[in-house]
Amino acid sequence: MASLKDLRNRIASVKATQKITKAMQMVAAAKLRRAQTAAEAARPYAERMDRVLANLASGMKDSPEAPRLLRGTGSDQKHLLLVATAERGLAGAFNSSIARLARQHAERLIAEGKDVTILPVGRKGADVLRRYFAKRLQPTIDLREVKQVGFANAEAIATTVLDKFEAGEFDVCTLFFSRFRSVILQIPTAQQIIPAQLPEGTSAPAVPYEFEPDEAEILADLLPKNVAIQIFRALLENAASEQGARMSAMDNATRNAGDMIKKLTMNYNRTRQAQITKELIEIISGAEAL
Amino acid sequence: MASFAFELVSPERLLLSEPATEVTVPGVEGEFTVMAQHAPFITVLKPGIVRIKLASGTEQAIYVRGGFAEVNPDGLTILADFALPAAELNGEAFARETAAFEAALGHAHSDEAKRRAQERLAWLNDLKASQSAAAH
Repeated sequence: MASLKDLRNRIASVKATQKITKAMQMVAAAKLRRAQTAAEAARPYAERMDRVLANLASGMKDSPEAPRLLRGTGSDQKHLLLVATAERGLAGAFNSSIARLARQHAERLIAEGKDVTILPVGRKGADVLRRYFAKRLQPTIDLREVKQVGFANAEAIATTVLDKFEAGEFDVCTLFFSRFRSVILQIPTAQQIIPAQLPEGTSAPAVPYEFEPDEAEILADLLPKNVAIQIFRALLENAASEQGARMSAMDNATRNAGDMIKKLTMNYNRTRQAQITKELIEIISGAEAL
Repeated sequence: MASFAFELVSPERLLLSEPATEVTVPGVEGEFTVMAQHAPFITVLKPGIVRIKLASGTEQAIYVRGGFAEVNPDGLTILADFALPAAELNGEAFARETAAFEAALGHAHSDEAKRRAQERLAWLNDLKASQSAAAH
């Protein structure tokens, strides 16, 4: 049986942990609000981009003049997986669930005999994937210094990806991130960004548009931008998901610590009483012996 | 005067969403002015100044780095890569813009993309020249 002193120490240490998890939960809640605002603010651009792209691309999809970013290279042998995770842990299953989805995808492709390379964005996902695919891993894109993801960060990643595409390093690029639904629900998602996927329900526009310069040239401008926008959207969703996941993980941790303190305190009081009883018995039996 | 819905959005946020009566847009094939009932139209933008006459009567001038303009039956939407009130367009801002375009030029793969990037840099210089001429 643990001594009273040990129990007292245990209780103090669990209380200290509870204070930390409580503080982390509150910080995550504040950051979540900011991340959500950023994600919402970015929505109008992405929506309008989708619309313009849909109008333009529906007629071009199968034409041989279509840019390679839309049409594809004609092969799907080489795959690049862009895996976006967080830079920090202690966010519940957030990082591991994205990494798991990417790993399953990679394993399926490898089983089909495809070439797979992985470009991790964020250290935590890279740590997990390195264990399985050390040889296929490219240097991690580090966002540790970045406090609030801006479009410039997404653009830099997009440039890296597009450089690789132009260099013929891959045919298909899939982006992995976590879609933010609510504080308790984040959905790990795989999205193909190269060749571009057209938004759902794309049909020829009701009104004929005029184009200046012609469609192909606008597309040549628009498609690389679309890659950056998709990455930007994923990073913002990820930021919100990370904070949401951390908030609920820390809320659970705080509650568990509370339960533990209750149990330990009960134990401590019982032990103390048992000791007092024992001492009394000793005194009484000592007095009787006299 | 008839007005139409005008929106200016950058990747990070919606910058302006107000009815306007007249908007002059720097398209790659020349500036054009959109008024109500303009025909549906999509174009690429060059770096330049968008001049907006709002239905409320105020006028605004905003620098855009490039992007797209879409005129649909409902109105005009400008998707700007980067936007800045034209009043804040000083030497420092020009230096930053030039650096951004030169970086883009460095990443151009095809001759076609290179030509476009160079064209953009030239437009920026034109704009810089016209701005400083206007200042004097």
